[in-house]
This record gives sequence, structure tokens and C-alpha cells, in this order.
Amino acid sequence: MNAMRDALVITKRQLLQLLRVPEVLIFSTIQPVMFVLLFRYVFGGAINTPGVDYVQLLMPGIFVQTVAFTVASTALGLAEDMQKGLIDRFRSLPISRSAVVVGRTLGDATLNVVVLIVMAFTGLLVGWRPSSSLFEVFAGFLFLLIFGYAMSWMGVLVGLSVRDSRVANSAVFLFVFPMTFLSNAFAPTTGMPRPLQYVAEWNPVSTMVAGVRDLFGLEPIFGVTANSFPSQNPLIMSLIYIGLLMAIFIPLSVRKYKNVTPK
Amino acid sequence: MSASIIAEDLVKTYGAHHEVRALDGLSLTVNEGTVLSLLGPNGSGKTTTVRILATLLRPDSGRAQVAGIDVVKNPQKVREIIGLSGQYAAVDETLTGWDNLIMFGRLYHLSGRGAKVRAAELLEKFSLTDAAKRPIKTYSGGMRRRLDLAASLIVKPKVLFLDEPTTGLDPRGRQEMWEVINELVKGGVTLLLTTQYLEEADQLADEIVVIDHGHVIAQGTADSLKREVGGERLELSVNSENLDKAKGIVERLTNSVATEDSQMHKISVAAPEGTRTLIETLRQLDTAGIQPLDIALKRPSLDDVFLALTGHVAEEQIEEVVGAKSKRGKR
Ligand SMILES: Nc1ncnc2c1ncn2[C@@H]1O[C@H](COP(=O)(O)OP(=O)(O)OP(=O)(O)O)[C@@H](O)[C@H]1O
Ligand SMILES: [Mg+2]
Repeated sequence: MNAMRDALVITKRQLLQLLRVPEVLIFSTIQPVMFVLLFRYVFGGAINTPGVDYVQLLMPGIFVQTVAFTVASTALGLAEDMQKGLIDRFRSLPISRSAVVVGRTLGDATLNVVVLIVMAFTGLLVGWRPSSSLFEVFAGFLFLLIFGYAMSWMGVLVGLSVRDSRVANSAVFLFVFPMTFLSNAFAPTTGMPRPLQYVAEWNPVSTMVAGVRDLFGLEPIFGVTANSFPSQNPLIMSLIYIGLLMAIFIPLSVRKYKNVTPK
Repeated sequence: MSASIIAEDLVKTYGAHHEVRALDGLSLTVNEGTVLSLLGPNGSGKTTTVRILATLLRPDSGRAQVAGIDVVKNPQKVREIIGLSGQYAAVDETLTGWDNLIMFGRLYHLSGRGAKVRAAELLEKFSLTDAAKRPIKTYSGGMRRRLDLAASLIVKPKVLFLDEPTTGLDPRGRQEMWEVINELVKGGVTLLLTTQYLEEADQLADEIVVIDHGHVIAQGTADSLKREVGGERLELSVNSENLDKAKGIVERLTNSVATEDSQMHKISVAAPEGTRTLIETLRQLDTAGIQPLDIALKRPSLDDVFLALTGHVAEEQIEEVVGAKSKRGKR
């Protein structure tokens, strides 16, 4: 119980930071909003999606991309705390060993809630209309938050492992950018070379996007292998990925935190 | 008096192949309610020692206890009774001083009200009340340091670790910090403080431990360390025509050879009997009709001690370093 209380103190600190420096929140919402507008009005016209309005496909893609990048914000935040010696100080306090990292991931999840709400309204303004029930739409957003939360734990490990906070950011971008583009998020995978189509099919970003599209009431769009497990069961596959991410990165991160030394 | 901090034979190496030997069999004891200053040059292992004692780092071997609790076996218990202010102020820069103290208060499990009361007290005590609602980013170095120290005092720790608390402060900031620390010590806290400033160790510490290359090279009170390096010397300057005569007098008196700086008209001689030698010299000079321009007993400064000690060690270790390919790496 105490552990949770400690974690919430850390979360609260992060939210206070946002109040003190609101620019951070503004910029972290402007970027995805800009993506929505760019893809909707600039690239969207060039991407052929027969039978369905592009913006309906696009929104789930951008939602997933945005929450996938939680790995970057978590990594950056922790790397900065470490560089400033705050992690050392927290570690000298009589608090639970997981409080600081749990608090940070919860803070980033809270930030995701805000960002997703702003993006959803932007989507509605530019013609996005989910056709499923309100309950399913809600489930879709919950799903996005949980995926973001799992990615956040990967960010904990990265953030505590790098020497410099700038490295945290660029290392994560190098990895997450291709991951979000090598997927069905922005264009159907059928346009890719065959081997890449397989990669895209199994990419967690793709299964997430397919799952969320499903929950928002869209017909599935299959790539090369319509019968593959991830194509047929994107929601289950995504849950497996989320479970794997957490099962791997939560214990690794907590262990890392216990023994971390500033570089 | 019982020991409050005990370190025995601490060894800590860094690097994949343990090539950096940061601590090499370091032992020390700090008695309850006293101040020990860990004095050493850059890279001598001060921060590493503090980090081990404050449970942030596990030693490769050796034992350490704080207030009777083993830091490796029972770190969480140790954390409840210590305060740590690291080498660099570690507070959240985007938050205000007030926010920071409330956060740390809550993390020390004070109630919401309790945290507020304590934060206000500490801000007052460290003259930060006016700056309480400003982000730390706008604080001066000295203010940051004070806030950092305040954060480590939230639950009135029994044992306090301060790693170079005045590094980077201007003389006034340093003076203020010393006052704050002296007050804490009066309150009965056991303090281990590291410093590179000999003057600071002299000012604040009951006992000084000099370390270099990760082990203790000398320890004692400031006085005993100075004595160890060499006793007092009598220094006097006289008019040039009296130089030889005066030299004869002091040499006869102390029964040893005096050195003379004829340009400065200065004479210097070992004075093992201290003030007695001084008085006797004055009397005899007076009898001989010589009036000294300046006369004083000089004790070696801690700087002399430090140079003598570390200089000596450096020589001793040259072979070792060459043999073992530099024991100390750079970060
Ligand atoms: N994380 C690390 N990885 C590798 N070497 C390290 C690490 N931390 C310290 N060292 C090395 O260990 C030795 C002791 O370092 P330590 O920080 O304890 O010295 P210090 O006395 O605090 O120095 P300073 O006065 O510069 O703060 C140094 O040679 C340093 O380079
Ligand atoms: Mg240091």
C-alpha cells in the first residue's frame, strides 16, 4: 500500500512539472495533432484505400504511433532524473524499490490520456467517425493506454541504461520510427515488398492498429497472409505482445533501478 | 561514546574488468554525535565511500554499518535514519523549493499537513522562505545547495552524509553553509562530510581522515595531523645588520640549525618547545638590543600536511601504477 502511495507522489511530481512548464504538454500534443493534419490533408490523397475513407484508417494508426512513443518520453524523463542525481536521492529514501519507476510510468500514462483526448477531438474535426458502439470505442482507447503503458516499461530500462538523456531520445526514435512505419498504420501493407509484408504483419504496431480499427468498427484489411494468426486475431495477438512486454521489461527495469549507478 | 558509522576494509572496483580500484581497503569509524571529514583529492574515492555508506552502491568486499545496521544486508532500515546530500544538488529544477520539500516530505511518509509544516520550518531555517515559490532553476548555487541540504533533513536524520557541501560556492556561500552545518552538529547529528578544502575540514571536523587512491593515508585531529608532519617553527625577521647575531641566538637556544632568507631578512628554525622558545628568544633579543620586525610561531597548515602526505604516497605508488597499468581510470 505504501508502495503505491510513494509511486503516486512521484506521479504527482511529474504532473506538477507539467503545470510549471506547460510547454511540455503543449508540444507533446501538437506533434500528434500535426501528424493527423499532415496525413489527412497532405499524404492522404496519395494513399489509395478502396471502399473506406482514409481518415477512418488513419486515426487508429496515429493513436497507436503516439502511444508507442511513450517509450521515448519515459526514457527521456528517467535519463534526465538520473543525470541530475535525483534517482540517487530517491534511492537513498526509505521508499519501495519500484515506487519511482511505477510513478513515472503512471505519469506518462496520464499524459497519454490527455494527448489521446486532444487527438480524438482533432480527429472528429477532420471527419473521423468511429462506427462502433460507445462501449467499443471506449475499449479501443483503454487498449491504447495499456499498450502505451507496456511500452513505457521498455522506456524505463532504456532511460536507466543510457549515459546521457540525449542518447535516450535518439536511440528510441531510431527504433520506434521504423517500427511504426513498417506497419499498416499509415498505408496498407500490400504496397510493400513481400518479405516486408510478413514483418509488418507480425509487427505489434500492426496488430494494435488492426485491433483498434476492429474496435472502432472497421472491416479488416488483409495483407499477404490473411490467414496468419496476427491477421485473424489482432486483439489477442496484441494482448500477447503487451503481456510479453510487461513480463520482460517490468522485472528488468525494477532490477536495473535497484543497482543503477550514474555514468 | 559509541561508533555510529563503521566501515571495514571496503573495496570497490569499477569497469568490466575491475580495472578502476576506487576503494582499496578503506576503513573508518565515526563516533556518535561527532563530525568526521573525509579529505582527499579528485578521484580519491570520497563519493564512492559516501555512496556505499548511504546504501546506493554495494561494496565488492568489506563491511559497513550505520547506527549498528549493516548497509548491505539491511539497506532499507539504514535509509530510514540517514540523510544524504550528494556532490551535486539533486532537486527537481522545474519545481519550486516548496514543491520539492513537500514531495520529499511525502516520500518520507509525513502526512500532507506534516509535510507542509516541515517544509515551512526548513525554508525558514535556511533563509529560503522568500524564494519558496520560485522554480529551483532560478536559484543561485548557494540557494540550491541549501535546499538540497534541507531536503536531506526532513525527518531529522541520525546520521548525515554531505558530499562536498561547499564545492562551487563563493566565500560567503561557504561561510553560510558552515554556519548551517555547525548548527546541525550542535543538534547532535553524526556527520560524515567529504571535502577537498583543508580549511573546511579544519573548521568543521572533530576528526579528519585523509584518503588517496581509495585508502586511508592518515587520520587524526587537525592538530595531530599537523604535528605528524612536523612541529612548529619559529620565524622572525630583523634588520639586515642584525641578521647574523639573531641567527646565532636562536640556534643556540633551540640547539639546531636555522635557515635564513637573507633577502627577506628572515630566519626560520624548528621550535619543538613552541611558546617557551618564543618567549626566551624575545628575551634574549631584547637583551642584545635587537628589535625584531616580525616574529611568529608557525604551525604547518593542513595544506602542508596534505601535500606532505599525498606527495609521499604518490612517490610510493609510481612503481605500482606502472606495474599494474594505472589503477585509477578516469570517468
Ligand atoms: N561509475 C563509475 N565508473 C567507472 N569509474 C568510476 C565510476 N565512479 C567513480 N569512478 C572512478 O573511481 C574513482 C573514485 O571516484 P570517486 O567519485 O569516489 O572520487 P571522489 O573522491 O569523489 O572524486 P571527486 O573529488 O572528483 O568528486 C575515480 O578514479 C573515478 O574515476
Ligand atoms: Mg566526489
